[in-house]
Amino acid sequence: MASISLRDITKTFGAVTAVRAMSLDIADGEFFVLLGPSGAGKTTTLRLIAGIERPDRGSVLMNGEDVVDLAPAFRDCAFVFQQYSLYPHLSVYDNIAFPLRAPFRNTPADEIKRRVHRVAEMLHIESKLSRKATALSGGEMQRVAIGRALVREPRVFLMDEPLSSLDARLREELRVELKRLQQRNGATVVYVTHDQVEATTLADRIGILEAGEIRQVGTPQQIYREPLSLEVAQRLGSPSINILPAEWFEGSVHPLAAHVAIRPEDVQLTQGNGAASFRVIECSLVKHLVVAERSGIEVRSRRMLEHAVVPGSQVRFDFPRQHCLYFDQSGRRLAAAHTTTSTASMEQTA
Amino acid sequence: MADIRIKNLHKRFADFVAVRDSSLLLEDGKFVVLLGPSGCGKTTTLRMIAGLEYPTSGTIALDQDDVTYRRPRERDIAMVFQLFALYPHMGVRDNLEFPLRNEGLPRAEIDKRIREVASILRIEHLLGSRVGGLAGGDRQRVALGRAIVRQPKAFLMDEPLGTLDAEFRELMCVELRKLHDRLKTTTVFVTHDQTEAMALADQIVVMNQGEILQADDPEGIYNFPSCRFVASFIGRPPMNFLDVGERVIPGMSTVALDGARVAVPEIHTLADQAVLGVRPEHVRFVDNANGALPGLIKYVEYFGSHWIAEVESAAGTLKAVVDKDLRPGIGDRIGLEFKTERIVLFDAKTQLLLPSATTCKHQPSMSHG
Repeated sequence: MASISLRDITKTFGAVTAVRAMSLDIADGEFFVLLGPSGAGKTTTLRLIAGIERPDRGSVLMNGEDVVDLAPAFRDCAFVFQQYSLYPHLSVYDNIAFPLRAPFRNTPADEIKRRVHRVAEMLHIESKLSRKATALSGGEMQRVAIGRALVREPRVFLMDEPLSSLDARLREELRVELKRLQQRNGATVVYVTHDQVEATTLADRIGILEAGEIRQVGTPQQIYREPLSLEVAQRLGSPSINILPAEWFEGSVHPLAAHVAIRPEDVQLTQGNGAASFRVIECSLVKHLVVAERSGIEVRSRRMLEHAVVPGSQVRFDFPRQHCLYFDQSGRRLAAAHTTTSTASMEQTA
Repeated sequence: MADIRIKNLHKRFADFVAVRDSSLLLEDGKFVVLLGPSGCGKTTTLRMIAGLEYPTSGTIALDQDDVTYRRPRERDIAMVFQLFALYPHMGVRDNLEFPLRNEGLPRAEIDKRIREVASILRIEHLLGSRVGGLAGGDRQRVALGRAIVRQPKAFLMDEPLGTLDAEFRELMCVELRKLHDRLKTTTVFVTHDQTEAMALADQIVVMNQGEILQADDPEGIYNFPSCRFVASFIGRPPMNFLDVGERVIPGMSTVALDGARVAVPEIHTLADQAVLGVRPEHVRFVDNANGALPGLIKYVEYFGSHWIAEVESAAGTLKAVVDKDLRPGIGDRIGLEFKTERIVLFDAKTQLLLPSATTCKHQPSMSHG
C-alpha cells in the first residue's frame, strides 16, 4: 500500500488544459473520491497517477518517491473501469488469475489458487469460478473485474466510475461491498465518479474537481456542511441547496453577503399567508418534498410531511439561522458568527 | 383526449400467460405508469392498447369505442419507443415535420403544428438548427416535440428513457412531466424503474407475473402497499420487514417483536402469522433501555442530508434513515422505535396487507380487477 502526492501537476492536450496546477495528498489506506462533472479532469488525474499519461509539469510521488519516470507496470496500480473488460473466452477463475500469471510476477501455482479463491470468496463469486466470463450477469462481471484488481494486492487501486453501468440495486449492493473490502484490506483507493451518493458513502475524503482544478478537499461532512463556495455547495445534496437573495433576510446577515444558502432538509414549512409567503408549485408526500416560489425564486423544503399542501396555495418557510450559509457576490463563503469554525478546524487537523 | 377502459384482458402465448384477466380504467388526462419487473406483462398490456398485439380474450375501449381488434393506425394513439431517437442528418424542423408529412397533412397545417409544439417546448429559436449540434437538454425537447406533434388521443411509451444515462434520465423525467401538465394527454408509460414511476405518475399500476397487484396514486402505493411484493418493489432503500412473534387478532393495537411490544394501528383481521412493515424513514433511534426493541448498528452510510444505518435486531435486519446531525457509529447499541401510524402489517402466509385502522380509511384513486 502507498500514499500518493501530486505536486503542481499540469496536463494539456493541445489547446485543452485537462489538469491545472493540481496538488493533492492522499494518505496510505485512504479511500479518496474525486467528484466532478464529465470533462472536469477526473479520468486524466487517474491516468497521471497510473503513469498512462505523463504530466507537462509537476511530479507524482508514491510513498514519497517521485515516480514520473516510472513505467505503469512498476508503479503497481490496479485499474477498474466502468466498462468491465474481461477476457470472454476465459473462465472466471482464469480472468481473476490472469494478472498473477504475468511472466515478470512469477507467482507459484498454489499461491495463485489460494489468492483467486480468497478474492472470489470476498466478492461472493466462488460458485461461478468455472463459468465463462460471458455467462455472467452485469453485476457479476463487474465483481470479476474488481476481483482481478484485488488479486494482485497492488499498492494503489484506481477506479474510474466502476459502478456506473450497473442498475440501482446492484450499484447499492456493490458499493457497500467495495467499502467493506477496502476497510478490511486497508487499501489506498482513488475513485472517480460524478455520482454524489457514491462520493459521500464511500469516501474518507472527497476532492471536488471542476475544470481541471481541485476546488475543495475534505471529509464528506466537511464538504456538505462547510462548502467554501456556492459552486461546491451545489455539488452535493439532492435536491440541491436553496440559494436565496440576501435581501430576504433584512440586515440580520453578514454585511457582504449576496446570497444565503440553506439545505432543503433545514427549511421548515409553516402554514399561513402574508408578505413572506410562497406559492406552492409541487408537493410530494412520498419524497417529503415541497417546492414553492416567490418572485421567481424556487425554494425546496424536504422534511417529514404529514399532510399534502395543494399546488397554488400559499405557505410560509422558516430558515433557521444556524443552518444558513452566507456567500459574497463572487460565490465565496463568508464566515458567520454562528458557523462552528472551531469544530471544523478541529476536524481538519484530526 | 380519451379514457382507456380495459376489461378482463387476457393474453396467452402458447403455454405462457402474459396477462391474466386484468381490468383497469385509465382516466382521461392522467399519466399512468405500468410498473413491474421484466416479464410481468406490462409491455404486453401496452402493446394490446396500441394494437400491436391482440388479446386472447377481453376488451379495450377508447372513450366507449371498442378498439380491441382494430389496427394500430385506426386508434389515433401514438406509440413512443425511445425519446432520444432523432435523425441526426436532418435539421430540427425536418425532424419535427417528419411524422406529419408521413400523414400527408397540408403545408399550412404542418406549419401551424410546428409553431405550437415549438412554443410549448420553448424551442422556437432552434427550428433552423441541426440536430447534431444541440445540447443534451435541447435535444431531448426536440425528441419530445416529435412525439407530440401528431396530437394523438393518447401516448403509449415503452421504457422511453431506458437507454439514457442517469443524468439525462432525470432531466427527461422533469421535461416529460412538465409537458404532461400542459397538454394533459392521457399517457401510459411502461417502466421497471420505481424512481421513474414515482417521479412521473399520477397513478401507478404495479404488475407481477401477468397480474395487477395494485393500482393507485404514488402515495397510496407507498403508504398502503397491497402486498409484500409491492412494498419491497417501491422505495429505496426498500421497506423493512420484521417477524411478529404472535398471532394477531382484531382489536389488537400492539404486537410482539422479540419481547418488545410495539404500538401498531388497530388490527382489523385475524392472522396466525404476521409480518410488520415499516419504511426506513419511519424508524427512530432511542435509548437502549425501557422496553424498546434492541438493535445493533452494523453499517452506516452518509448521504449529506441524512445517514442510512443498517441495524440488526432479534426480529430481523432493518435499515433506518438517521438525522444528519447525529453520528451513528458501527457497533452502537440502540433502541428502535417506529412511527405507529405508518406501520403496516402483512399476513405472513398470503403476503397480503392486513386491514387496520389506517388502511381502512384509505380510498384507492384507481379501480382495477
